[in-house]
Order: sequence, then structure tokens, then C-alpha cells
Amino acid sequence: MSGQEYAFLALAIVGGISALRLVTTKNVVHGALYLVITLAAVGGIYLVLAAEFVAWVQILIYVGAIVVLFLFGLMLTKAPIGREALDNQQRGLALIVAAAILAGLIFLFQDAYSWSTKFRPPPTATAAVGASIFRHYVLPFEAVSFLLLAALIGAVVLARKDDRA
Amino acid sequence: MVLFFSALLFSAGIYGVLARRNAVLILMSIELMLNAVNVNLVAFSQSLHQLTGQVFALFVIAVAAAEVGIGLAIVILIYRNRESINVDEINLLKW
Repeated sequence: MSGQEYAFLALAIVGGISALRLVTTKNVVHGALYLVITLAAVGGIYLVLAAEFVAWVQILIYVGAIVVLFLFGLMLTKAPIGREALDNQQRGLALIVAAAILAGLIFLFQDAYSWSTKFRPPPTATAAVGASIFRHYVLPFEAVSFLLLAALIGAVVLARKDDRA
Repeated sequence: MVLFFSALLFSAGIYGVLARRNAVLILMSIELMLNAVNVNLVAFSQSLHQLTGQVFALFVIAVAAAEVGIGLAIVILIYRNRESINVDEINLLKW
């Protein structure tokens, strides 16, 4: 095994364990902190895969912005502590469905994509990603920026206090 | 190996969405699933030597940010009106 594979294994174990803890924890604030660990591990995996621009965007947007949004959401909505308060009654059924999907995906990947498990990444230049976005994918880029604008206005309209009502 | 990690992330997200009743935790589980998709996109992009996967991973990140913003605004609005964000108690649109 190469050094890259060891690094990937370590990151995957940390990220997987904290993802499982995120969906089973009894405290919502701990859940947000486990989400930070998982997102940072995924960012590290992007670095191992030599996709550095995506890695830094992951750190900036997810760990920097989205987790702060989640923490504000948790602060503004009082959540009780405890498994019964946070989980519904269908935990067993959910476990069966999730395990079935996991088994199906693993079978599928094992069957179809065994060639892609090797690590042989040439590093991706950020300049190439930028050129690709602005040369071939200008239209989706504009659509995403319009979507962000609409989401911004929508969030403001939804969350402000309506004094006239 | 990368694909197995993303399958684990996706299944954890599925379990979280199905088993949780706190709306903020459900949104966090949705983020887990979107991250699993992004890991797959980047892995295929590197193994096929195509940049398209990374470009679309960036688009998915942007869409996820918009989704979290709107989702948390809706959750806070529901909390303001109902004093609870448990999704099994919100039955206004259920017949």
C-alpha cells in the first residue's frame, strides 16, 4: 500500500465513524460537531485524490459557512436532549433500509468499478478547473448563481418577522 | 475504496433521514448524502482524467448551500409558529 492509501484509510475511518455518530448521537450540538469532523475528513479525501480546489472549497463552504448556519439553526430552535426526543418510532425499519442500500451499493461497486479503486491521480490544476467552468460550463454556472440569489431572497422573505399580519 | 466510503456516507445519511424526527438533524443527514455524491464525482473525475466531475462537485456544493439556507429558514419559521420542529408533529398539509 502506498502512503496515499494509508492517508485515505485513516481519513475514511475517522469520517465514517463520525458520520455514524452523527446519525445516532443524543445531543444535537454534538451532532453538528460530528458533522464538522465528517466534512473535514471528506475535504482531506479530496486532497488525497489531488483535487485541491474542490478540497478548499469544501473547507470554506461546508466547514466555514454551512456548519455555522446549522449552529445558528440549533440555537434558534430549542431541541430537547435524548434519543427518544430526537428519533422517531421507525428506527428499526430505517436501519433495515439503510443496511440494504449499503449492501446494494457495495455489491454494485465491487461488481462494476473495481478498476477505479487504484490511486493514480495526477494533480488537478486549479487553473484548469476554472477554465473548464468558464469555458464549457458557463450556462450552468449562471444558473447556479441565479439559484443562489433566489435562495437568498427566499430565505430573507421566509425568516423575517411579518409585522403587518 | 473511495466508492465504498461514499456508500457508507450515503447509507448513514439515509438512516439519519429516516430515523430522526428533529428537522435540523434531518438537514444534516441530507448534507451527508450530498457529500457522498461529491466524493463519487471527484473520484470518477480523477480516475477517468476528466475535469467535469470536479466542476459538477462544485455546483453540487453551491446547490447544497442554497438548500441549507432555505431549509433552515423554513425550520425557523415552523418553530416560530408551532414551538416544535419534530417532523412527525407537523401535519398541517396531511389529509
